[in-house]
Amino acid sequence: MWSWVLHRITGVAIFFFLLVHILDTALVRVSPEAYNAVISQYQTPIMGLGEVALVGAIVFHAFNGLRIIAIDFWNAKYQRVLFYVVIGLWVVTMLAFVPRHLINVFSH
Amino acid sequence: MSTPTLEKPPAVPEEIQSFTVTLSVRRFVPETDEEPHWENYDVQMYATDRILDALHKIKWEQDGSLSFRRSCAHGICGSDAMRINGRNRLACKTLIKDLDITKPVTVEAIKGLPLEKDLIVDMEPFYASYREVQPFLVANSKPKDGKERIQTVAERERFDDTTKCILCAACTSSCPIFWTDGQYFGPAAIVNAHRFIFDSRDENAAVRLDILNDKEGVWRCRTTFNCTEACPRGIQVTQAIAEVKQAIMRGKP
Ligand code: HEM
Ligand code: SF4
Ligand code: FES
Repeated sequence: MWSWVLHRITGVAIFFFLLVHILDTALVRVSPEAYNAVISQYQTPIMGLGEVALVGAIVFHAFNGLRIIAIDFWNAKYQRVLFYVVIGLWVVTMLAFVPRHLINVFSH
Repeated sequence: MSTPTLEKPPAVPEEIQSFTVTLSVRRFVPETDEEPHWENYDVQMYATDRILDALHKIKWEQDGSLSFRRSCAHGICGSDAMRINGRNRLACKTLIKDLDITKPVTVEAIKGLPLEKDLIVDMEPFYASYREVQPFLVANSKPKDGKERIQTVAERERFDDTTKCILCAACTSSCPIFWTDGQYFGPAAIVNAHRFIFDSRDENAAVRLDILNDKEGVWRCRTTFNCTEACPRGIQVTQAIAEVKQAIMRGKP
């Protein structure tokens, strides 16, 4: 249940991020000045924290997506173990990413 | 000759401890109520009693208007699936000692099917999906020796798990997809299709796979595993659904 709730929430969240991201990138063709103004906003610490959430969502969605593929094509009996593996991999990935990223964000 | 004497005085039968359990039951009487409401009942229970015993005590001693279904009272007929403390279970298989009785125990009808009265829902949509998957053996050819359709132990084992279903609807009514999309066949219908799709004696697997390849068929399943956790028979429901998905992709069982 919770793996699915998280998968849907992260899936929809990533979708909306991509939608906005495609729109702001498209802005460069409309007005390069407006594009620069928007992109510079991404350099603020608030956005830096937002990026942590975005990467967290993508990493969970990707790992759990592989878990769902394994359930559908291989075996559903190990789903609970696999869910803990997903959480474990997520924690490891985030531990590797978050400190480096935050040092980058706050050293500018 | 000596008269036999008792060496020890007869043991006084130990009093079995009982507890006051509060049941919070979601009541709904269509004739008088606009909305369902929660009502609390205190009952004296032993640790080995079941929620079904508590419901009986309420009905027989406190409020005869309480309505629920039950028949066998031993986990066989599948008529008393209900939502107890937020989880679908059979009332007759839920022991008091397995519940936290420091708080009221909530009891309500299963979700996703039309509520008729108190703990009773209209099971017809559930049975309609069940009927649609042809839950019976289809074998039009003549058996080899003219008498029996012989099956090896391994062939019988292939679908053993899904023969255990008692059609209680605990799985289907625990599925978040079914709650929002009542057209979805639901886990129970797929389990009972699986029972015949993988039966070596059956000849209609292709038809059933085609039925379940529907928009409202197996592809609605999002692998939330609520059904597997709800099944009182311990059937690996999600695994069965995954096997049907794979059979559809292969085009054969
Ligand atoms: C990183 C690689 C990705 C993998 C391995 C992956 C995997 C999956 C899988 C297997 C499903 C099916 C879930 C199910 O059957 O219940 C799914 C659903 C979904 N994905 Fe992804 N996905 C990825 C990236 C993305 C991206 C970039 C987006 C956003 C545009 C996205 C949005 C969604 C949405 C909205 C759902 C539907 C969720 C649901 O039905 O509950 N995914 N994903
Ligand atoms: S699969 Fe299990 S939960 Fe679903 S109807 Fe059959 S016995 Fe009940
Ligand atoms: S009363 Fe028959 S299964 Fe519970």
